[in-house]
This record gives sequence, structure tokens and C-alpha cells, in this order.
Amino acid sequence: MPLSAAPPASSQPYLLSASLDNARHLSSLLRAVHFQDHATCFATAYGLRVTVEDAKCIQANAFIQAEIFQEFAIQEESVTFRINLSVLLDCLTIFGSSSLPGTTTALKMCYRGYGYPLMLFLEEGGVVTVCKINTQEPEELLDFDFCSTKVVNKIILQSEGLREAFAELDMTSEVLQITMSPDKPYFRLSTFGNAGSAHLDYPKDSDLMEAFLCNQTQTNRYKISLLKPSTKALALSCKVSIRTDAQGFLSLQYMIRNEDGQICFVEYYCCPDEDVTEA
Amino acid sequence: LSLRTVNSSRSAFASFLFAPLFFQRYEAANGELSRCKVHMKSFLGVFRSLPSLEKTVGKCLMLLQPSSNRLVLQLHCKYGVTKTHNLAFQECERLQAVFDTQRCASSLSGPARVLAEAVVHFPQTLAEVTLEAGPGGKISLRNYLEDEAERNKMMVTELCLSEDEFQTVAVAPGSSITFCLKEFRALLTFAEASNLPLTIHYDEPGRPVIFTLNDAVLEVHLVLATLSDMQSNSQPPPTNGSFPPPTSVPATSDDFGDDLESFMMAVETSDYRGEGLELPPPSPTFPLRTPQPPQSDPEEEEEEGAVPGTPPHKKFRSLFFGSVLTPGGPSLTPNQEVLAEDSDGES
Repeated sequence: MPLSAAPPASSQPYLLSASLDNARHLSSLLRAVHFQDHATCFATAYGLRVTVEDAKCIQANAFIQAEIFQEFAIQEESVTFRINLSVLLDCLTIFGSSSLPGTTTALKMCYRGYGYPLMLFLEEGGVVTVCKINTQEPEELLDFDFCSTKVVNKIILQSEGLREAFAELDMTSEVLQITMSPDKPYFRLSTFGNAGSAHLDYPKDSDLMEAFLCNQTQTNRYKISLLKPSTKALALSCKVSIRTDAQGFLSLQYMIRNEDGQICFVEYYCCPDEDVTEA
Repeated sequence: LSLRTVNSSRSAFASFLFAPLFFQRYEAANGELSRCKVHMKSFLGVFRSLPSLEKTVGKCLMLLQPSSNRLVLQLHCKYGVTKTHNLAFQECERLQAVFDTQRCASSLSGPARVLAEAVVHFPQTLAEVTLEAGPGGKISLRNYLEDEAERNKMMVTELCLSEDEFQTVAVAPGSSITFCLKEFRALLTFAEASNLPLTIHYDEPGRPVIFTLNDAVLEVHLVLATLSDMQSNSQPPPTNGSFPPPTSVPATSDDFGDDLESFMMAVETSDYRGEGLELPPPSPTFPLRTPQPPQSDPEEEEEEGAVPGTPPHKKFRSLFFGSVLTPGGPSLTPNQEVLAEDSDGES
């Protein structure tokens, strides 16, 4: 814990105060959604949610629940602010981003409220760094209105099977087409690039398939440039759930196990590029 | 199945010929040749990462149907996953390098490892290397320096291998050839991995050097242009240098015998189907039956634009095809003698 640079006791208590023994538990998750400079932080008693959006088409959320923190105290029902995520990540990894098992950076995060900067106290090996990051007015976030009752098709896959596929996606293709069907090809990822088309098929009885619940054949296309950042989340995760609703909106939920074995979630929502739904 | 490539400066040609037995299943359309030209990047993109291929891919299916306009490459991977690539292709003429290992004065053969371990000592950026058969059965590899002036300033690395390290050595004493290291290195990597002995056939400087790997189901040839002697930039055609007339080039099928034919590097995967192929002006250093074409202009060659990965050395460019040929384009130069007929054009 920080020594002399401990947050001074003052008449105004912090609206949000959280401590983490290993800042990597936060920074690695934030990296998984870092495809834009700015993010919206939303904190409740349940924990912290960091949201990043782009092009009014894609939204990524990183959830770090209160149980992950050693201390998580919030004085109001919810606290929201917008912050520069790139700067936040730079600060969280200020002692370097190497993940040697012995060294961890301890973090204490404090926020006094609207208009105040976010204070970060980072300590590693007796050295303390204090960061103050300006916060901004939170912007309205997209609401994909995606709830489990509206899900048409759902698949849960072991991330291992998708990692290489996503890393090697043909980026000369403008879209990533996702086909989910109770019949062949069951689950197919397609790209249409300069070299030609490529299809990646996962059979429903594959060992990688943890759950296969497809009721209707759906084919949807998504802008590949928007989905490509999700590869980071995929790389960290052990399982991914892929769901689509009747409009073709895509929900990707990644289950991530951190260094201490705790579970966190990252999710991506994406609008379809064109609606190519087959009945 | 034959896979062949030639670089844009026509100074390197590679051919991999797989017998049907190499494959688990091989079905060729009855009597018909399926031939197509695919963009290298697209093709390589299918086999992107070798380590992951080894770990995850069980089988690969290649399908070329006359009815479809796509070359299908399908990888059957772990966990029942299937990756299907549908590649666009172009129809093309036969790409045939004309070379004859029988007519090479020198040859040596040995494990690829010996040479692979030797080239490790040269910097990655080194363009050309000289192989020399020295006195006392010494085979040496030396980095090639262009100018005499450079020799005083640059580091010269020379590796000497004894004849014993090779399985067979039949070299003309004092002979030496200089060729591009990059393509050679690539072949060595493959040769080491496939554990096949490498044979090198070469002749006089200026004549192509031929590297071959052979086993029961695979035949590999890499033909590289070599640097001609500095002094003889415009050699008169040697009197014995006539090569067999085109008609002796056997027609038809791409079987093993095809690769060992007559002399000159033929052309060209042309986009003009059905037209008789015309060879671009032969190199001044090659034996000619026709009067010498004008000396190739070095300036012009430099502007041809080195294709990434091809040796940009201007001397090499003139060796096979001469300077007036723009890279990748069909030869449009007039009054060219056809030195090797396209097999499709023969009756």
C-alpha cells in the first residue's frame, strides 16, 4: 500500500474508492476493449463496467466485479464518468507491462465525484506513483436491447478453437459473415477478400462446442474492422458465447480467468452490416 | 501435381513435382491437364503458419474443377473444424524452364545440412554467394562483392568444405559460379526439413545452376541464373552452343521427364491463351543462333522494379530474358525466334 502518498483524509469522502493488489487484473481486461481512446466507466456496488464504442455500431464492455477488488466502496447508487482509456492504461502499466510472477503493481483508485479527476495510486517494490486523470461528461451509450429472451441462436465455444481463426482473418474482406444454423454448416465464419472467399466451419458435435442451441438458419454480415478488436478479448478468454437475435445483432461474451483464477467477463455487441437473413 | 514459379526478373525458377503416390487420394481428370495460375500471396495465405498447421491440420484437399472458376483448398483441422478457401485463378500457359542437368560440367551432391550450416555464416542481407571448386578437393562458399574497390573495405567470408562432406563430387577444377543466396537458402530450409540429399549441377558462369531434390514421390528443381564473367559481357556465341531445335522439345504431359529437356529458359505464363509464345530476347551471354540483340541497358533494368524477394542485381536480369521485357507482362518484342514451343501450340 502507498506510504506517505496515502490519500489524505478530508471532509469530502471519495465517491468511489477501490483497491486492487494486482493492477493487472484490471489492465488486462481494459486492454481487451481498448479499440478507442475514450471509455465510459460505470460503477455500482456490484463492481465496475468500462464501455467503449465505435461508429455507433459496436460496443464493448469489460466487467470487473466488486469481488475482484480487495476493497470496493461506493457512496452512491452509481457513479459514471468518461475517461481517456489510453491514458488510464498507460498509468496502470506505468511500472512496465511485463508479467513476471513475482512483481505485481498494487492499485488504489479514488474518485471524488463529478468534475474531479480520477486518482490512481500505484505501488511496486516500494516505489509509489500518483496519477490524476481528468474525467469527462459521460456520453449516452448505445442500448442494443439484447436480452436472453430475444436470442434466436446461441453457441458456446472453447476459445482455443476460435483464437487462431480470428487472428488470421482475411482483413482484405470488408465483412465477416456469420452463419448459424440447426443444419449444415451449423456454425460458419466467412470472409470475402482479394484472394477469394474463405469459410471456417465448426460442426455442432465438435469437441470445442460446449453448447449448440440454434433454432433458425441465420446469416449475418458484420464489418470486419469493427470485430477485429475482439480478438484481444478472445485471446484472454477460455470460453466464448456467440448469440444473435432476430435483427441479426451479435453478442459475443468472453469468459476470462485472471491470474488468481477469478472469472471476469467482456462482451462485444455489434450491428449487422447488411441483413441477409435466410428463413 | 506440379507447382512452379518464376520470379519477375526471370532469374529464378522453381518446380515441385508430386507423384500421385505422394497423396492419400489423387484423381486427375481423364487425360486432361488442369492448369492454373494463382496469386502467390493468396495461395500462401492458406498455409499461413507452419507450426499451427502441423498442430491443427490433419488433411488438405485441393480441388480444381473445370466447371468452377475457383481453386478450392480445404483444410481439415482438429475438432472437426473445416477451413475452405476458394481462390480465384487465371488460366495460363505452361511454365517450363528449359534446362538440362546432363549438360552441366560440374555436379555435387550431399546432405542439405552441410550447406545449410555453411550459409548460416553469411549475413541475411547478402545478395549473392560464390561456390567454387578449389584445389585439393576444397569446395568453398564465399560472399560475392561487386566491385574490386569493395573488396578492400568489406568483410569477406569464406567457408571451405571438404569433398568428404559430400556424397558425390564431380566438379571441374577451378570452376566457380555466383548466384543469389536468398532463393538458395529457401531451398536449403526445405531440403533440411524433408531430409533429402541436395544435388547441385552447374556449368560455366552465366549458365544457370540447377539444384535438385529427389525421392520416390517428389522431384524438386530450383534453377537460378548465375553471374557471367565480368570480362565477357558480350560473349560471342560459342560455336558449340547451339541448343536443340524446338521440335525436339517433347510435347504433352507433365510427367517427370518433362523437366529435363533442352536449353533455354522458356517463357512465360501468358494471359494470351492459345497464342504461340514468343521468347523475349535471349541474354547476350547465352549461346544464340540468331544475331545478337542489342546490349541490354542496365538503366532500364533497374527501373523494372524489383519484385519483393527477387534478386535485383542488374547483371542477373539480363541473363535469361533480357531487359526489354516488362515484369509480368507478355513478351511483345518482334522478330523473336521461338526457342521452345509452348506445348499447347504443338499439333
